[in-house]
Amino acid sequence: MTGFLFSAIVFISAAILFVPLAKKLGMGSVLGYLIAGIVIGPYIFGFIESGNQGQDIMHTTEFGVVIMLFLIGMELEPKNLWKMRDLIFRIGLTQILVTAALIFAIMLALGISWNIAVAVSLSMALSSTAIVLSSLKEKNQMGSPVGKMSFGVLLMQDIAVIPILAVIPLLAITGGEISSADAHGADSFIETLPTWAQTLSIFLAIGLVVLIGRFGFGPLLKWVSKTHLRELFTASALLIVFGISWLMQLVGLSPALGAFIAGVILANSPYRHALESDLEPFKGLLLGLFFMAVGATINFELIQKQPINIISIALGIILIKGLVLFGLGKFKKLNLGQNLSFALGLAQVSEFSFVTYSFAIQFDVIDQELSDLLMAITALTMAFTPILSVLMDKLVVGKLEQEVIDSDQKMDDIHEKNQVILLGFGNFGSTVGRFLRANGVEATILDYDPERIEFLRKLGFRVYFGDGTQINVLETAGASEAKILISTLDDPNQNILVAEICKEHFPHLDLLVRAKTRSDAYELLEKDIQNIYREQLDTSIRMGEDVLKKLGFRAHTMHRLAAQFKKYDEESLKILVNFKNDQKEYLSTAKQHIEQQESILSGELSKKFSLNDYAWDSEQLKSENSDKK
Amino acid sequence: MKKILILFAHPKFEHSDIQARLLASIAGLENILVRDLYELYPDFQIDVQKEQEAIFEADVLVWQHPIYWYSCPPLLKQWIDLVLEFGWAYGKSGIYLKDKYIFNAVSSGGSAEVYSTTGRNRYTLEEFLRPFEQTAYLCNMRYLKPFHLAGTHNIPKEELDRKAMEYRNFLLKLRDEPIEEPFIQKP
Repeated sequence: MTGFLFSAIVFISAAILFVPLAKKLGMGSVLGYLIAGIVIGPYIFGFIESGNQGQDIMHTTEFGVVIMLFLIGMELEPKNLWKMRDLIFRIGLTQILVTAALIFAIMLALGISWNIAVAVSLSMALSSTAIVLSSLKEKNQMGSPVGKMSFGVLLMQDIAVIPILAVIPLLAITGGEISSADAHGADSFIETLPTWAQTLSIFLAIGLVVLIGRFGFGPLLKWVSKTHLRELFTASALLIVFGISWLMQLVGLSPALGAFIAGVILANSPYRHALESDLEPFKGLLLGLFFMAVGATINFELIQKQPINIISIALGIILIKGLVLFGLGKFKKLNLGQNLSFALGLAQVSEFSFVTYSFAIQFDVIDQELSDLLMAITALTMAFTPILSVLMDKLVVGKLEQEVIDSDQKMDDIHEKNQVILLGFGNFGSTVGRFLRANGVEATILDYDPERIEFLRKLGFRVYFGDGTQINVLETAGASEAKILISTLDDPNQNILVAEICKEHFPHLDLLVRAKTRSDAYELLEKDIQNIYREQLDTSIRMGEDVLKKLGFRAHTMHRLAAQFKKYDEESLKILVNFKNDQKEYLSTAKQHIEQQESILSGELSKKFSLNDYAWDSEQLKSENSDKK
Repeated sequence: MKKILILFAHPKFEHSDIQARLLASIAGLENILVRDLYELYPDFQIDVQKEQEAIFEADVLVWQHPIYWYSCPPLLKQWIDLVLEFGWAYGKSGIYLKDKYIFNAVSSGGSAEVYSTTGRNRYTLEEFLRPFEQTAYLCNMRYLKPFHLAGTHNIPKEELDRKAMEYRNFLLKLRDEPIEEPFIQKP
């Protein structure tokens, strides 16, 4: 019962079954995937064999973490990252060192040899980026104080991976007959180089990422986007992430860290939203698979043999990590509710430790049996923390958080979330945008013409590349949180499409839509769009107003009548749209169009329109006065 | 020869007989300039600086308008609100209107008798125009007695011609001779 299709069906079905269930029960998707993994794993249904299959899947899908950090990087501008330096280096480093020291001391006290204790304590000090960030994103807490602290700590941990991997070979007592290049598994050539060259190449690699990010990606994406082939753009997005990961592996750095740096560099890029929406599904799928693999690798056989031991070790580690984190939270003045969710959120052991265990085995630092035990413990901590978080949220934090929500929202400066989204920045949209900006209202602007975007960026407009008719593009542009969406695309059908999508997926949005002709306006009216802007209406009436003034009509009267005429025309549109429906089956569109024009031009409504203006008319008053006399 | 500036406000001048006759009587006179506010600012967006420059040139200002609901048409009120700025028209450095002459030249449907304490409107025209008087007072201007063309609803043609002539002669006198009429001004 193997084969790709069958495995895919099993994985996806399990996910479809358990993830929504977990979400319904308020547990978050991470826990749902874990449960799905356990269910299809070797100890329940056995779709995944015991042994290495689960771990293989895990290693493959770890790439989801890389994409995730790339995406997170894009939401962080360099200047915001700089603001986090205290969080990253002070809080993050303290967390790793103190946690590792505590675990190390306890292990020594239990009579475990020091080299094992170093390897294990360092691995266990790290938390799971995948789980923590996924849950934070799901709860929309990335911008909150808890989110920022968690992120700072996780970032430091990602940096710490490098020295930890460097330390493990030194712990080998038997001496390394196995060459480290083999042990690493990756094509890391630099370990054959002297130390100074290694350091140099690491800096060179990071420098290369920064340089390519600055000057390479932009032109590449522009070149690709000009083809208007969406799949090619997606492929380029993947190419960027793959390329960076490969480069990082080459010099022995964490691919996630490299991807993160590249993301930060692209934070100001016009292609940000397009990249986000293209990579988001890959990230989601890979991470989902990753969590399922974690669930599947939990060795229940081992746990069954010594259940109390393993579970209490797992809980003990959660306790130690949680206490250290809680202390740091206290130091950074988080309130109780925030601190609890911060401490518990990061209390699990990182997926990275799976890598260090197998690495440590290769250097004979630990043996297979211990590694299995450690993996079981790690997987258990991963499974426990989400459950504990849910309980915590339900029982304690929920009550405490109510007061905090307001302050949380104010601190949300990582994301660029504007109240207004403006689609299309051509002649029409740019005028709207300029006027909004003149009044201090910044809109998130999307356009799909690379040349125009480049030009507008030079003028200081933050225009992003993206096709506004795609749901996920709208989503990444912040459609869920925005208040108003303005669609001023040149193609009327696209505007109608946008209106349809927004009506269905973002019903809270106030839609303002540009229309070219009357029939476009009719179509929008039929879609129940209220704010329709026919692009010629105001201008042509204004032109008529000026003609009449040149003919000697009084300016103010013409101004009033022009305003009234516009109002009349928009009202008649709403009346005639019904007429249009009645005739639909009988008339060709062209004939229909002419008929409508005629009914407007000769219609009762417009006849003697201006002659019926009785403002400031004193004739009746005069006749009544003379009657009196 | 003094310069006279007429600030004219009529929202529907094309239907006007009375005000049109008054304006016709002074058309083309040297140094008597008419600013047709509703024609200049059909959308009520008054160019304040332009208005102030025009006032600066003049020695005598006239608020000429029909009386609607015991006051002026809305654009003239808007004009007062925007053009007579603090620091320009009044206040410590607001000296630009000082000693200029100003008055209202108005037409009303109601007759002169109606505008009296015993008449239907219960107050005199002067009393209805107090806000204008006080506006001029605050700006250190010299507020003259209003010119009133009353009973326009059924005015005979000869009477209208006579009043139009009177208006023309009054303006010419203001323009050419030293002004001896009584006025109200802040001491």
